[in-house]
Amino acid sequence: MRTPLLDVTDLTMQFGGLTAVDGVSFTAHQGEITAIIGPNGAGKTTLFNCLTGFYKPTQGTLLLHTADKSIRLDTLPRSHIAAKAKIARTFQNIRLFTGMTVLENLLVAQHNALMRASGFCIAGLLGLPRYRKAEQHALEKARYWLHKIDLTDKADWEAGNLPYGDQRRLEIARAMCMEPVLLCLDEPAAGLNPKESADLNTLLQDICNTEKTSLLLIEHDMSVVMNISHHIIVLEYGRRIADGTPQEIKNNADVIRAYLGEESA
Amino acid sequence: MNKNFLTFLPPVFLTLLLSLPLLGFFAQENSKDILLLQRWDWVLYATAAVFLANSVLIVLKKYPLPSFAISPPAKNLNALKALLFLGLLALPFLSSRSTIDLATLVLLYICLAWGLNITMGLAGLLDLGYVAFYAIGAYTTAILSHYYGLSFWQCVPLSGLVAAIFALVIGMPILRVQGDYLAIVALGFAEIVRIVATNWQSLTGGPNGMSGMPRPTFFGLEFGRTSSSGLPTFQDFFHIPFNSEHRLIFLFYCILGLAIIIYVVSKRLRCLPLGRAWEAMREDEIACRALGINLPRIKLSAYSIGAGIAGLVGAFFATKQGFVSPESFTFNETAMIVAMVVLGGMGSLWGICIAATFLVLLPELARGLADYRMLLFGLAMILVMRFKPNGLISVRQPTVKMS
Repeated sequence: MRTPLLDVTDLTMQFGGLTAVDGVSFTAHQGEITAIIGPNGAGKTTLFNCLTGFYKPTQGTLLLHTADKSIRLDTLPRSHIAAKAKIARTFQNIRLFTGMTVLENLLVAQHNALMRASGFCIAGLLGLPRYRKAEQHALEKARYWLHKIDLTDKADWEAGNLPYGDQRRLEIARAMCMEPVLLCLDEPAAGLNPKESADLNTLLQDICNTEKTSLLLIEHDMSVVMNISHHIIVLEYGRRIADGTPQEIKNNADVIRAYLGEESA
Repeated sequence: MNKNFLTFLPPVFLTLLLSLPLLGFFAQENSKDILLLQRWDWVLYATAAVFLANSVLIVLKKYPLPSFAISPPAKNLNALKALLFLGLLALPFLSSRSTIDLATLVLLYICLAWGLNITMGLAGLLDLGYVAFYAIGAYTTAILSHYYGLSFWQCVPLSGLVAAIFALVIGMPILRVQGDYLAIVALGFAEIVRIVATNWQSLTGGPNGMSGMPRPTFFGLEFGRTSSSGLPTFQDFFHIPFNSEHRLIFLFYCILGLAIIIYVVSKRLRCLPLGRAWEAMREDEIACRALGINLPRIKLSAYSIGAGIAGLVGAFFATKQGFVSPESFTFNETAMIVAMVVLGGMGSLWGICIAATFLVLLPELARGLADYRMLLFGLAMILVMRFKPNGLISVRQPTVKMS
């Protein structure tokens, strides 16, 4: 039985006269990879920005179901979404802390937990064991993810000096260090070569199966989308035009029209 | 060769053009009136100097000097630090009154620059109103002692606290604006503080300032010729002859202590989650938001910790001068402190320390050069910008290492 994780109902986002997302509804389920696809300008990233608190939706409700309660994302203060609702995201154009090392990037992601442990700096400044233990724990988690994304050797590199593919993986690992319930990936395969793309598939499936984090994925690379997603939503001009399994989507007439253009009679 | 020659021309020509009016004429006063005289030879010297400097630069471009990195082995570095510390401890016993005074001034500026380093170097908030908090600290000490009779050691923490609280209150609205806008708003705030201090005659004495600052005591022992508190004076307690330098030396050690505390605290803060969040915020605010970092809180903490340090230093400044007036807190001070942080290298405590020492000492040491010391000052800054554009020490030390 599939349990719903995120219920999006009638989501609308308007910028002045422009409606970027227009009454979109869908459900993402727990333990699944949900892909959002659509031509450029279809409103995919806007949808993400609404979900992760970067925009306040004009209309509609966003409901996140966690183990013990349901959270209304659209009414939660925007700055609390990442911290309280545990929704992590990556960006279309990678946003790492380029001047800091790989390891530091992973520690910044654990900021809230570490901050509490450091007693808002007091325990940290005094070097109390409570904080040291928390820091060890955080480093342990960072090492775990470094191993997973195969960057252990480059842990002390400046993140900005990493090759492109490594930066993409590091951004995912950084988001995962927040221990999110839902990870939103904005075009994670953009600019990757076929081998890196295949590795990414493995990483994402691992995150979904081992880490029990559900994924929401914007992607243009169909080899990624069709291979790993359980459920696909297709947007065009801000509207949902299809919703189904990869197999259904492949044969959906509206999707083919949106991507390939209308057959002229 | 021909092409190289052409690159000479613009700077040489420009020098010639500028120096004709600037150096070619000068005014001399005799008993009756002012004469306008000419000195064309100076124009020639200036043009020749620029010509020579350009040739050196072109030669250097062709045959670059071996680049040297300022990163001596860590062992030597620690020995150097220990030596510096011992030297500073011994300084008051080896030097004259004026040297101690100068060293105290240098330490004050180092502390100030380290405070701004938290706000600007780590958190990346360009605070052009930093001097406001310095002024608030100094005036808090002056007002508390003048109207409420608080002693110096009661005034110091309160000054830091008041400056930090002001930063919190002011920061809440102004930290919403970013980058250059923040700089301008902060600049405005600093001016407001200065103007209020100038005009609130009844509280701050207006442009005449306030005098009669509280003097630091050595665990309650006063440094004066006679004691007002009932306790014996410092010299009576230790059975040594009275020397007015004692107070000066004590103040020097106090500020040295303050500098060490600020050094240790900012070094530790940087390696805590808060410090890492400051640097992350400087790198990318949007990514910080996506990671659930409470940006307003992080910004305010950087702003008010930096301001608190400025407040503490302000209290020491007040007692050192024995007098506070609005003139001590003009934009020039902020510009000077910002220059220390930028030239030293954002975030680098030692770089900032070197730059602060240099910027305070240079005008003092070059006093003999009279009018030309500001020229020397400018030249030094240009040299740093040309050869060390990211500051004297621009290598960032990671806060944590894989091991």
